[in-house]
Amino acid sequence: MLSFTVRSFFQKLVTLFFISIISFLVVYLAPGKPSQIDPLNPKFTPEDLVRYRKEFNLDKPLYVQYYLYYRNLFSGQLKSWKDNQPVMDKIKERVMNSLWLFLVGTLITWSLSFPVGISAALRRGSFFDRFSTFIAYVLISIPGFFFAYILIELVVRAFNVPVIGMYTFGMAKADFIYRVMDRIWHMVLPSILMALGGIALLSRYVRAQMLEIIHQDYIRTAMAKGLSADVVYYKHGLRNALLPFVTMFGLILPGLIGGSVIIESIFAWPGIGRMAFEAILARDYPVILTINFISAVLVLAGTFISDLLYMVVDPRIRL
Amino acid sequence: MEPILKINNLKVCFDTDGGLAKAVDGIDLEITKGATLGLVGESGCGKSVTCLSILRLIPSPPGRITGGEILYRGMNLLALPDRDMQRIRGNDIGMIFQEPMTSLNPVFTIGDQIKEVIMLHQQKTSSEAEELTIRILDKVGIPSPEVRIRAYPHQMSGGMKQRVMIAMALSCNPEILIADEPTTALDVTIQAQILELMQSLQDESGMSILLVTHDLGVVAGMASHVAIMYASRIVESGSVGDIFSNPRHPYTLGLFSSIPVTGKRGGDLYVIPGSVPDPLSFPEGCKFRPRCLFAAEQCTAEEPPLREIEEGHKAACHFSKTIDKYVWKEKTKTASFLISDEQHG
Ligand SMILES: Nc1ncnc2c1ncn2[C@@H]1O[C@H](COP(=O)(O)OP(=O)(O)OP(=O)(O)O)[C@@H](O)[C@H]1O
Ligand code: SF4
Ligand SMILES: [Mg+2]
Repeated sequence: MLSFTVRSFFQKLVTLFFISIISFLVVYLAPGKPSQIDPLNPKFTPEDLVRYRKEFNLDKPLYVQYYLYYRNLFSGQLKSWKDNQPVMDKIKERVMNSLWLFLVGTLITWSLSFPVGISAALRRGSFFDRFSTFIAYVLISIPGFFFAYILIELVVRAFNVPVIGMYTFGMAKADFIYRVMDRIWHMVLPSILMALGGIALLSRYVRAQMLEIIHQDYIRTAMAKGLSADVVYYKHGLRNALLPFVTMFGLILPGLIGGSVIIESIFAWPGIGRMAFEAILARDYPVILTINFISAVLVLAGTFISDLLYMVVDPRIRL
Repeated sequence: MEPILKINNLKVCFDTDGGLAKAVDGIDLEITKGATLGLVGESGCGKSVTCLSILRLIPSPPGRITGGEILYRGMNLLALPDRDMQRIRGNDIGMIFQEPMTSLNPVFTIGDQIKEVIMLHQQKTSSEAEELTIRILDKVGIPSPEVRIRAYPHQMSGGMKQRVMIAMALSCNPEILIADEPTTALDVTIQAQILELMQSLQDESGMSILLVTHDLGVVAGMASHVAIMYASRIVESGSVGDIFSNPRHPYTLGLFSSIPVTGKRGGDLYVIPGSVPDPLSFPEGCKFRPRCLFAAEQCTAEEPPLREIEEGHKAACHFSKTIDKYVWKEKTKTASFLISDEQHG
């Protein structure tokens, strides 16, 4: 098991190295250049262009640029081309903002999907089962942004609270309790929206998984032992039904960056997803590349964690 | 002797896409204390459904017990509250299944799975239960049980798993063991070992066994009583002696003449014409009628009840009083019913 862990870890490192090359190339080979002359801007002369290219190392061969870029990344010297701020600081701040949404959204998703999916499976064909199925399909079919606008309408009208952004401006001097409430109100809609689609999909998956498990022979064996239905389903059934979700648990990590672009844009939430989107439009290569790199690390870390968790929960995979 | 388990007129239905399937249609069975009852029949005739009904494990939906009673020590199991039924499962009545490969939970060690049932039904501490688990694993012939209790099911062979299942079913010293084709999925050599094991455990504990099989040879070796099942009904039942030396139902007679007798060459084999009917489309009257050599008008009109033809020997055929192996021999003499030795040998 230890050797598997070590081997898997080094495999991930090697993968990361190749990802770093490919994502570097993808960004550089994409059409458009950060230094392209804006023909409408009379102040931007060809001399400026040469100066810029030199300044940002764009005149050097690609492999040198690659080296310089990753050296700067790891030594913390990488600066955004847009505002000359250290990239890592900018990203750190944005990640913290996104982290809240991500954590609350994920928590809602996972803590609701399982009870809903399991109850639906155990009471297959009941009113609850059909009702939750219907709701799930509604949620899956309605696009998130559309749903977001409906919810904003409703909430703002009904409760008269501001929901856009992370907090209300000018609240800095208010009492602590008001500030906390303000933050929570701003958080409710985006995190619920983040969760809804996830709940719809995950609860369906949990239901299917649980249905499959409760028809297994070993469930019948557990019943024949005289265990109560609860013990049979929640100990013998759930333990098996959870196995595939353990893999998924590692894979939700990358959602921290990619999962929230639309929601963050709608709610003007200063998160990392929106930052990535803006950086791409601005051809701010250091920011794009760093976010790429962090995404890759999160994906690989997620799969690594999944592998380890799987070994812990499924005895058949212990090596 | 007094029966420890008595099934009266049990009926079980399944809701299927094609309609209501009567998987068990009014059967009577008796298991004598300390004895083995062999339940024999072709695939799909309702043997497993009968076994599962005793422990009320029929998957519902789609299944449903629609009638009858199952008396265990005078209690009707079908009328028992769930809690009391749970106390009987695994404690008074143990069960082992047809598929040892999938009947154990893959994520728990076999030790934990046996310990669980001991701690459920007996006042034992964890370490006492573990000791007991080791002892019972040793008894069912698992080598070095103190190591094997930490093994997971996937680390064991089919035969070993079935031994574990037996250990689990017997860990609380049940009065009755229901064994639903315990050896069908196993190699022939392992089959004999498992049956031998069950026999010796029975000799030791005096439990009763309901042994389901479609192997008449196994029945002859293990059982004291036999019930022959056909299309959701018991067609003949009695002691092994009654059934083997004096079969009275055309289906039973057909079964015996379709088994090759070892060492006896030159005998002809009978093949029961047609095939087992589907529960969704049972024939009118006697369900064996389309395949029966003795079928008469009366057989279409009414289904024959299971009647006593001599002390302890019952058959469900209108003409059982007159049909026996001599009549059968006469009837099947014509070669068209038989495949000759050259063909099957
Ligand atoms: N889960 C189920 N859903 C629907 N019908 C079922 C179900 N289980 C059993 N049946 C019906 O009950 C009939 C009897 O099945 P059963 O499993 O008792 O047969 P069996 O005698 O044990 O056969 P085998 O020797 O193959 O194990 C089947 O033909 C089928 O129609
Ligand atoms: S009742 Fe009629 S059809 Fe049925 S077994 Fe007897 S003779 Fe055959
Ligand atoms: Mg069966």
